[in-house]
Amino acid sequence: MRAARLQANDGVWQVLEGVPDPEIPVVSVVDLGIVRSADADRVVLTPTYTGCPATQVIEADVRAALDAAGYRNVRIETILSPAWTTKWITPAGREKLRAYGISPPGQGAVSCPQCGSASTEEISRFGSTPCKALWRCRDCAEPFDLFKCH
Amino acid sequence: MPALPPIRPEDERCAAKVRPHGAFDPRGEPEGGLLFEYLLRLGDDSLILGQRLGEWCGHAPSVEVDLSLANMALDLIGQATHFLNRAGEVEGKGRDGDRLAFHRDVLDYRNCWLVEQPNGDFAQTMARQLLFSTFQKLLFARLVSSAEPTIAGVAEKAVKEVTYHQELAAEWVIRLGDGTEESRRRMQDGLAWNWRFVPELFEMDHLASFMADRGIGADLAAIRSDYDARIAAVLAEAKLEPPADQRPILGGRRGHHSEHLGHLLTAMQYLPRTYPDAVW
Repeated sequence: MRAARLQANDGVWQVLEGVPDPEIPVVSVVDLGIVRSADADRVVLTPTYTGCPATQVIEADVRAALDAAGYRNVRIETILSPAWTTKWITPAGREKLRAYGISPPGQGAVSCPQCGSASTEEISRFGSTPCKALWRCRDCAEPFDLFKCH
Repeated sequence: MPALPPIRPEDERCAAKVRPHGAFDPRGEPEGGLLFEYLLRLGDDSLILGQRLGEWCGHAPSVEVDLSLANMALDLIGQATHFLNRAGEVEGKGRDGDRLAFHRDVLDYRNCWLVEQPNGDFAQTMARQLLFSTFQKLLFARLVSSAEPTIAGVAEKAVKEVTYHQELAAEWVIRLGDGTEESRRRMQDGLAWNWRFVPELFEMDHLASFMADRGIGADLAAIRSDYDARIAAVLAEAKLEPPADQRPILGGRRGHHSEHLGHLLTAMQYLPRTYPDAVW
């Protein structure tokens, strides 16, 4: 499905692939799955969390990137429904998160992004941003962020 | 929990005194005005509790709790932003969420009394959070199917966030209630302080009934027994006694508030009122 979208509106999607998330800059807004549709007229975004302070920054960054690439007449819309879910994070996005030290949201046991151990525990349900929880690895003793399943 | 005394008209007499700015009578209002009022109720609950939780920032018992409270505040202020921006659109007088949050006086606020209550100690804050988040979770689960798209959209997004709030509060109520003699006493006191503000959450006045009838709002009476059961289960696990029922205190939905809200607003609104054109 993504391949088909890329064919139709290749250029706009490529620009968006280059817009990093302001909180976790290793992933793009496309990796995060917050771009719901995109063409040369209209880009539809959905916020990750109700109170996510990055929402306005993302919109401004998307606008700046589109302007720079010559897409000057794109309408940027924000929709709330359907609500964003961590299931929309792409496989590539998940790998980037893990490489960055954030355990991606997923099914089953939470594994340590440093050493891969599955022996981990929650320290705090709420972490450094609304989307993350603070965890600890029992084997390598390192704390790490878990992207909350949402 | 045993049944609370029924809500009686004479309990409203205080609200009647603050007319015309505070008390709101929906009868005879145009429908857009009613939706505006309803959005204020939703938005003000979230805004005021978000501000209260923000007061803990840098003061919580541990850094993890500090993060949790600030994150919860952020979720609530996010909800408020959406509800109040929509209220401004519905009103059509050029006011946005910021304008409504920072340039309204206390009598124009429509939040319930529970959310404006002072933080007290950490136990009192957690008691308030359990009582409110349990309510908000059940409310938003209903509002997901609201006929008003913004309300449905915010509810769909926020119901998952509020579930975290409810779980966190329940864990702390249990830990403190079933903890030391000192923590138990404080938890019981915190619960006692907040208990009298619960009936107002479920009040179905003219406006609430009107909105429920049109599929925009929720029938709060329908979630009451579920609420009572959930609270009772947490209190049982926490080995806490449910406080004795008290006469309901009503009026927040129509602009009559406790003295605490005015003090909260002076802190929250100070900067935008002193420098009205200030921008980031």
